[in-house]
Amino acid sequence: MAKVTVDGIELEVPNGSTILQAAELAGKEIPRFCYHERLSIAGNCRMCLVEVEKIPKPVASCAQPISEGMVIKTDSDMVRKSRRSVMEFLLINHPLDCPICDQGGECYLQDEAVGYGSDHTRYHENKRAVNEKDFGPLVKTVMTRCIHCTRCIRFLSEVAGVPELGATSRGEEMEVGTYVQRALSSELSANIIDLCPVGALTSKPYAFTARTWELRKTDSIDVLDAVGCSIRIDAKGPDVLRILPRINDAVNEEWLGDKSRFALDGLKRRRLDRPWVRQNGRLVEASWEQAFAAIAQRMHNVAGERIGAIAGNLCDAESMIALKDLMASLGSGNLDCRQDEAALDSTRRAFYLFNTTIEGIEEADACLFIGVDPRREAPVLNARIRKRWLAGKFPVGIIGPSLDITYDATHLGDGPSAITALQNGDHEFAGALEAAAKPMIILGQGALARPDGAAILAAVWALGAKYGVMNADWNGFNLLHVAASRVGALDMGFLPASGAKNLAGMMQGGVDILWLLGADEFDMSRITADQFVIYQGHHGDAGAARADVILPGAAYTEKNGTYVNTEGRAQWGARAVMPPGQAREDWRIIRAFSELIGHALPYDDLPAVRARLAAANPIFGEIGQVRRLAGIDLTGPTGEGAFDAAPFRPAVSNYYQTDPISRASPTMAKCVAAHASPLASAAE
Amino acid sequence: MHLTPADIAALGEIVGHYPHKRAACIDALKYMQARHGYVSDQSLEAIAVLLDMSPAELDEVATFYNLIFRKPVGEKVIYLCDSVTCWMLGRDKIARKIQDLIGIRQGETSTDGRYTLLPIVCLGHCDHAPAMMIDDRLFGDVEPGQLPGILEPPD
Ligand code: SF4
Ligand code: FES
Ligand code: FES
Repeated sequence: MAKVTVDGIELEVPNGSTILQAAELAGKEIPRFCYHERLSIAGNCRMCLVEVEKIPKPVASCAQPISEGMVIKTDSDMVRKSRRSVMEFLLINHPLDCPICDQGGECYLQDEAVGYGSDHTRYHENKRAVNEKDFGPLVKTVMTRCIHCTRCIRFLSEVAGVPELGATSRGEEMEVGTYVQRALSSELSANIIDLCPVGALTSKPYAFTARTWELRKTDSIDVLDAVGCSIRIDAKGPDVLRILPRINDAVNEEWLGDKSRFALDGLKRRRLDRPWVRQNGRLVEASWEQAFAAIAQRMHNVAGERIGAIAGNLCDAESMIALKDLMASLGSGNLDCRQDEAALDSTRRAFYLFNTTIEGIEEADACLFIGVDPRREAPVLNARIRKRWLAGKFPVGIIGPSLDITYDATHLGDGPSAITALQNGDHEFAGALEAAAKPMIILGQGALARPDGAAILAAVWALGAKYGVMNADWNGFNLLHVAASRVGALDMGFLPASGAKNLAGMMQGGVDILWLLGADEFDMSRITADQFVIYQGHHGDAGAARADVILPGAAYTEKNGTYVNTEGRAQWGARAVMPPGQAREDWRIIRAFSELIGHALPYDDLPAVRARLAAANPIFGEIGQVRRLAGIDLTGPTGEGAFDAAPFRPAVSNYYQTDPISRASPTMAKCVAAHASPLASAAE
Repeated sequence: MHLTPADIAALGEIVGHYPHKRAACIDALKYMQARHGYVSDQSLEAIAVLLDMSPAELDEVATFYNLIFRKPVGEKVIYLCDSVTCWMLGRDKIARKIQDLIGIRQGETSTDGRYTLLPIVCLGHCDHAPAMMIDDRLFGDVEPGQLPGILEPPD
């Protein structure tokens, strides 16, 4: 610790802090453009100048480490004068076009110009103009506004690991751009929109839609992967206009994947906004009464065991527990949440969670991926792994396809035989695992959604046991889920009751009535013509196309729902807008139907459903928390049988289109097109 | 473009002078320029791979230095000083005379590919302003009338 004085306040700050950090600890705000606490220090904008006693010139506080006894002034005449000069220089070539700039109202430059800008210009020469760049369908550029802070460049090369941006030339000619003009290839690219302190990088899909002060802001949780990033939903009237990340150091720091940010235009398309009932082979519009009556009529005299339910990937826990309770009241235990038929063992939470936790990744000292593509399955979590990798001494091994995951890795093999080899110590990576004190294994759904999935799960656990991946202080055994609903469903037991049917058992006429709760991700042709299908959900996707009755539900932005992320962290998503037309919150639909058929569920408001959830599993009451379990119990999941020699295939092959919302999104379609035909890279 | 085995050997030798590969980037760029007259996109990408840099990063370096050319130039490059002293002492007249003689303005290359004319910052020859340089040869106190002799030296 070192003693410093900031504006007369004496305080102790950790050695190695910068003056800017010390000033923040003293509660002083320092204006900054290039400095960002999650990026390396560039020190190029000079807005953060302060005065330090005994140093004759103003000092860039973001880049200058403190020393014992420093006396710092953050608001002296000299400081204000130098900041005003810096601002004058920054504005020389800035177009000052705030009225037509989307950043207006949430622009650092605008804010700081209020404090340090002049009311007139002394510069009467021509301003420079910079050509626009093509960064793809998400990021709009107005490069004339750029102040060359290089945050975007540093983000892409440091956090995203895709060093595609650079600043060419120097002085007045300096321009930020991609080396060859083409779409940015990172799944995290749009975070540079948030980072850009000015209006040089703004959102292309949101261009000229609204001003920030017109928006209604709702804090919520993302569901387009299983990471459960904290988001803010910005809405105007009935429309969701923007989704932005919120800071949550335990989960997403302050990043968000491009899909989670931009699939929102899919919320307006292909929506199910009224009930439909199939008559003479065609779906016709119906009222809620007619739809419920059609289901009740079909259910009449059907035994419970001939009814089944499948929960999809985006379901909130409230609707799943309601459906589970409804099925129980009908005498059915035919439930499944595993549309991919992954061999998951729900007997212990440690068997299906990302036990290390996302924050825990930073403590790990080796990592092995098995059948997983972290970059496309969970880009934000992958950024955390990359962060750990950048810190050094972090060997990474891959069993499965060798893909570009933005950091170096050793490829051990494509399929299960590499697991066996490693178990026998037949690969040099065994040494890396042995040497590690906190090794982690990340097992993907792609490795479990195959006939030998259960054997793989057991073998990977055994591998973990052998290499000390689970021990008294550390649990490095991790499953990476891709479905936001999956862990919650496993926690509540949305799985076949004993002796009841799983998804495969319900197919090919295995049940007479099938209730699909937002389930679109399995092959609908496995349902035979005589099976009666109820589709409850928000988009006209695969499930709705096969349905006999459609019950219009709410998308995640339209309901208050609980989601448990891949770490086992229960979080609440919140309603930002109302569901369209006659669509309703999902658990209420099920509650209403239960009443109609005389099995009224014993809850009729949100606190009561949530109490029911907490009764089913206390996890649902621990919002925002994660229980970090030690890996003491080494008893593994059961799973036998031979391995299939086939190579592992990751669960997500097309990052941009994984669910009904992103498939309905024109922006996501543009991303697919942009990345399908990148300009032939000149490197080849 | 693929580097020839000779290029790879030469570049390997350059890289060997430094503890970090990327530290060799300026030398590597200069080598490519010496071989081909300028640094093409293909050359840039090939050396980026060799130095473990991204092409964007290497391009930042290449475009920072005005003596590294990212576009083809003529056989000879005329650098005409455009800093204050030379400007005061008539460098614009020199520029016009060059245009009259070989038909190129600053930034252009003559159609026969012999000359490229570029402005350059102070050559440190202010006491003999206006100054210019052709490749490595420095000329001071340049008068427009001397230019035919300078540009077409008698054999
Ligand atoms: S585009 Fe924005 S983030 Fe990038 S350097 Fe310019 S001002 Fe900074
Ligand atoms: S914030 Fe310190 S120089 Fe930019
Ligand atoms: S100003 Fe031209 S050589 Fe110095």
